[in-house]
Amino acid sequence: MTYAQAIRDGLSVALAQDPSVLVYGLGVPDPKGVFGTTLDLHKDHGPSRVFDMPTSENAMTGIAIGAALGGLRPVLTHQRLDFALLSLDQIINNAAKWRFMFGGKRSVPITIRMILGRGWGQGPTHSQNLQALFAQIPGLCVVSPTTPADAKGLLLSSIFGEDPVIFLEHRWLHNVKGEVPEGDYRVPIGKASLMRSGTEVTVVAMSLMSLEAVHAVDHLAKQGVSCDLIDLRSLRPIDWQMIEASVRRTGRLLVLDGGHETGGIAGEIIAHIVTRCWPDLRVAPMRLAMPDVPEATSPALTKGYHVRAEHVAAAITQLVGRNLETASLAAARQYPHDVPGDWFQGPF
Amino acid sequence: MRIRAVEETIAERYSEQKMRCPTHLSIGQEAPAAAAGAVLMATDMAVSGHRAHAHYLAKGGNLAAMIAEIYGKVTGCSRGKGGSMHLVDEAVGFMGSTAIVGGTVPVGVGLALSRAIAARGEIVCVFMGDAVMETGVFYESANFAAVHRLPVLFVCENNLYSVYSPLEVRQPSGRSLANTADALGLTSVSGDGNDVLASYDLIKAAADRARDGQGPQFIELATYRWREHCGPMYDNNIGYRSEAEFEAWKAKDPIPRLTLALQRDGTIDPAWIDAVTQEICAEVEEAFVFAEKSPFPPPSDAFTDLYSKEVVSYHR
Repeated sequence: MTYAQAIRDGLSVALAQDPSVLVYGLGVPDPKGVFGTTLDLHKDHGPSRVFDMPTSENAMTGIAIGAALGGLRPVLTHQRLDFALLSLDQIINNAAKWRFMFGGKRSVPITIRMILGRGWGQGPTHSQNLQALFAQIPGLCVVSPTTPADAKGLLLSSIFGEDPVIFLEHRWLHNVKGEVPEGDYRVPIGKASLMRSGTEVTVVAMSLMSLEAVHAVDHLAKQGVSCDLIDLRSLRPIDWQMIEASVRRTGRLLVLDGGHETGGIAGEIIAHIVTRCWPDLRVAPMRLAMPDVPEATSPALTKGYHVRAEHVAAAITQLVGRNLETASLAAARQYPHDVPGDWFQGPF
Repeated sequence: MRIRAVEETIAERYSEQKMRCPTHLSIGQEAPAAAAGAVLMATDMAVSGHRAHAHYLAKGGNLAAMIAEIYGKVTGCSRGKGGSMHLVDEAVGFMGSTAIVGGTVPVGVGLALSRAIAARGEIVCVFMGDAVMETGVFYESANFAAVHRLPVLFVCENNLYSVYSPLEVRQPSGRSLANTADALGLTSVSGDGNDVLASYDLIKAAADRARDGQGPQFIELATYRWREHCGPMYDNNIGYRSEAEFEAWKAKDPIPRLTLALQRDGTIDPAWIDAVTQEICAEVEEAFVFAEKSPFPPPSDAFTDLYSKEVVSYHR
């Protein structure tokens, strides 16, 4: 099952299981069904529970909050994270604060799906990876699943949890295939996943960066480099226990961040580890992130903008101080740099 | 009378510096709240903004818990986390007031969506001021409420000022709030917001229509804030409004207008007024004593109530 199908499966399970679940967003019941993630759900669960919405991101977020206070469990979908920026008032001032500012009276169980774009001309306002912006807000949970199984499991935990969750899906992950457990499968929020196990370097990654890291780590494993690869899954709260334990063993840390470098999650993780695990570090930690400029539209301007497997491999090479082969990783890619694979032919 | 007495007592004691939070009083503009409170049923819901004491009390919110909240005490309705601008009493359907202008408008509409789905005939009242009409989220929310014909009342107290900015520097002169709301698909009326009985009639008719499935309703009520935007003082001296305007509105004080009307038709007499006044004074005094005597929350409470138990907390 693909990642997109896993999301749809999770929504379908939630809708079938609990009549209080609502799914809405621009394009949710349309013939494309938000890249297939909501396809035909309105046919199975009715138009009063699965519906389109006005182009009113801020109000529709507040309406989700009100609906949640009225006993419902809304899932709001944005086809791009960039559109959700219109709703920061309701997300930050209301959803994130409600429980706290009323003395723990009531949680706001809402799930806000935001899809992150990239490449193929998405450009400055359709490709922003602003996970750090949301992860900075106390009261929000931020999850960013990498695999289809985690996408479903975290989605169901988000919907049936009691807290507001920002659910980030990278568009380039939508076609990734994997085994997905049937039924009401849940992955706990706040727990990272160990994708590869090793002894020399701790690589911490998120979302699409975790897949780039898999390529790099597997490539270097053949050359005798042994890495822990931690897929964060949750960006708030972060699974500090797993990261600290790993760094205490390896003494070397590389953090990959899908967002901009300044003020990013990678910087936060490095700060945390440096202040808590200083004696365990053998070399200075490294991070790879998007540069501090927006993503341009032209393919001529996006080459080299993103962190790819070869960059990850080069950084690991530097951390272990050995001379290793990394160039073939880039050479092995058979499709243009601005698409995730042959399946992606636009338009968005 | 009760709301006035509470607000006057807050104003009187504010300078003691024990109520340490921004406080927006409703003195002079209590009529719409009182009227709506009389219309709404206990099972109906309400939300409000920064100037919410009157709405909270009119909906039946616990007085002692409100005063304790303003005092920052653990016995407050938000356990000291919210203060004057964040009141809640879910037991009586007062679902919350918040400090961002327009912030609870979509929340009220969302509550109305949940009421519509539950289909038990309950309605939701969104208390708002004239400045909410300047926020985008109002238009977004009203539009959605109209599309789905949700059972929601927008009770708009037009007190002519947003902080110190008069309506004419914020909205085109000659454009009525009710007409604008009407254009959005809300059934809209306007009236004298210093006349409790007239306000009651307008809100009651609108509530009946909303309950009857006729969709969202907008009631604009013209009224006036006597004291400063935030705090206990009068501020006519600073020059943003004239003493004459203030006096003209003060002459339209909703409380004597109501009590005189009710005395004229024989509903009440001066003895009843005396008895009720005494009762209110005792209740208000008791609430302040409760607030003063209540303990502050322990410092560790600063780190609680952020997430549900299932999520790792960020306590230090």
